[in-house]
Amino acid sequence: MRVNLRFLRTSAFRLTGLYLLFFSLSICFVLGYVYLRTLNLLERQNEETIKAEVMGLTDQFTTGGTEALTLAVKRRVESNHEMQFMLADPSGKYIAGNLHAQPINDMPDNTWVDFSILRGDEKATVGHMVRGFNVQLPGNIQLIVGMDVEDLAQFKTVMRFALFTGLGLALLLGLGSGLIASRNVLRRIDAITDSSHGIMSGNFAGRMPISGSGDELDRLSHSLNDMLDQIERLMQGMHEVSSNVAHDLRTPLTRLRARVEAALRQNKKADYEEALQQTLIESDTLLSTFNALMSLNQVDSGQLRSTLVRMDIWVVLQDVVELYEPLAEEHNGSMQLVAGPGLFIRGKRELLAQALINLVDNAIKYSQDAKGRISIKVVGERQGKDVVVSVSDAGPGIPAVDRDRVLRRFVRLDESRTKPGNGLGLSLVASVANLLDGKLALEDNHPGLRAELRLPAAAAEI
Amino acid sequence: MTAKAQRNLTTSAAEGTEKVMRILVVEDDKDAASWLVKGLKESNHVVDHATDGEAGLALADEGGYDVLVIDRMLPKLDGLEVIRKLRAKQNSVPILILSALSDVDERVKGLRSGGDDYLAKPYAFAELLARVEGLGARKLLDSKDAKLKVLDLELDLLSRTVSRDGKPIVLQPREFKLLEYLVRNAGHIVTRTMLLENVWDYHFDPQTNVIDVHVSRLRGKLDKGFATPLLQTVRGAGYMIRAR
Repeated sequence: MRVNLRFLRTSAFRLTGLYLLFFSLSICFVLGYVYLRTLNLLERQNEETIKAEVMGLTDQFTTGGTEALTLAVKRRVESNHEMQFMLADPSGKYIAGNLHAQPINDMPDNTWVDFSILRGDEKATVGHMVRGFNVQLPGNIQLIVGMDVEDLAQFKTVMRFALFTGLGLALLLGLGSGLIASRNVLRRIDAITDSSHGIMSGNFAGRMPISGSGDELDRLSHSLNDMLDQIERLMQGMHEVSSNVAHDLRTPLTRLRARVEAALRQNKKADYEEALQQTLIESDTLLSTFNALMSLNQVDSGQLRSTLVRMDIWVVLQDVVELYEPLAEEHNGSMQLVAGPGLFIRGKRELLAQALINLVDNAIKYSQDAKGRISIKVVGERQGKDVVVSVSDAGPGIPAVDRDRVLRRFVRLDESRTKPGNGLGLSLVASVANLLDGKLALEDNHPGLRAELRLPAAAAEI
Repeated sequence: MTAKAQRNLTTSAAEGTEKVMRILVVEDDKDAASWLVKGLKESNHVVDHATDGEAGLALADEGGYDVLVIDRMLPKLDGLEVIRKLRAKQNSVPILILSALSDVDERVKGLRSGGDDYLAKPYAFAELLARVEGLGARKLLDSKDAKLKVLDLELDLLSRTVSRDGKPIVLQPREFKLLEYLVRNAGHIVTRTMLLENVWDYHFDPQTNVIDVHVSRLRGKLDKGFATPLLQTVRGAGYMIRAR
């Protein structure tokens, strides 16, 4: 049963309730005001008519005494069908009028009286309510002038009934609609809650339900779903990175361990030395992987953004080509730089050099053609609002399907796994491009790979 | 900043400098300090050790050191603060800063405080030793002369020309810079990272053997046709121009 009362705590229901309260109060106020004003008006009209009659009859009595009054009352009864009269002697005995058996002596004198008719007379119906004025005339002659207010009483009842039923109906309808609205909202919230519980318990592919109405809950679900997509991407990336880290670290560690174990088993000084040398090399490789990972994280964190300055990337291109050209030649290759000064961008010399070195280094390592030759072309040029730097080779290239993948951390294509490297080189280039508001694209060079770094040109120095 | 393999410690002193240096190591990490002190002593240097900034500053103030090795993060008094205080007192002893922060901007900050060289942790001992010995020897070799001479090799710094045994050797501008740095450190080991930093002004780990290729080209021009090679490779550590 408790579950069914949950809607009481929904915001939809509470809002409906609050609205209903104000709505009822305003109904009460408006209708009550109209009711009271109308009633007041009608009563005052009645009283004024009665007062006028009382004045007229009192005048008759003052001028003509009891006889004149009696006559006047009789005349009035005949001519006026709406009014009720009763003239009585000091003992309360009926003299004239269309009211007969009223216990006039019990009524207070010279004031308003309300009573119901006890005996049917002409123009007076038994049980009808009468409002009247009881006048005590000199000589203890008593006169009641009254009006049948049964209609007014009925009007009152009808009005009250209308008021209360109206209010009741409004409350009922309001509660009903509030209930339905909150049920509806509750159902959708429940669906969203269920989905999020599902996601929390491991169903990361789950998404928030969307009703298709485009309302605020749909908008919320849409934005939650976008967030979940982003989180899933990040988690996938994290997962990939950590499993790659695990793999990349476990392999050399396993090797290292096996070597140490073997050396200990041999128990010879020469073996110890050899094993220690190898262990040192291995741990240096591991450390450099960690260093690369750390500088990658630093670039990704964006904290270097404040250290960027306006600079000519041509200078870095020259440095890099000058530094790597001998190595390329050593590998039976050539390196050509096509660029001129004045390629201004906002960057950081060390970072750009590191990024370009990674591209050039990759080209040297992986771009041997069928004859074992390498030919690398480094181009820097202005293209519209961009400065475009590209490193092209004529090697086997990277298959189109792998071009996005190789930018991810630790991803190395199977063909290159045997060569030294940590799979972080292109990730760093992509991250540097990102930091500098640029983009790294890998393209087909027909044959070979063309890595293009497109960076926004820096505005002229003012 | 790691050398690719370790240098053979037992022969390093003989190959490197004959000069015994007095070195002060200011490092709070006990293990790191103990193997650092041990290694420097094995390389025939006299080593003192302080574990915090204040003690380090007090020892350095007494003077008599050829090189200070100061960790950046120290208890009581920060490493950079120690250096600033020393420099404020006109103490010009060469200082090597050790730091876990490897960023270029951190390096610049360290050198601005008055340090002479900056080495990021973790480092190879061979790298540290080469730098410490280079710093200790700098005073003797930091000549303002227009000419540098080592054995039969002569560098004219004004006309940017080189000759060996009177015969001119044609070098590219970068090769000249490389040779100049090696000659200025003649008799001392120079690591690959030191070369990348000082000749090319880049401060990262050269992944492949780029530096080796440049050095071997230089060697080709320098030693070709001469009986005694000037430019030596020190296995696992770096290069050295013979001083004698």
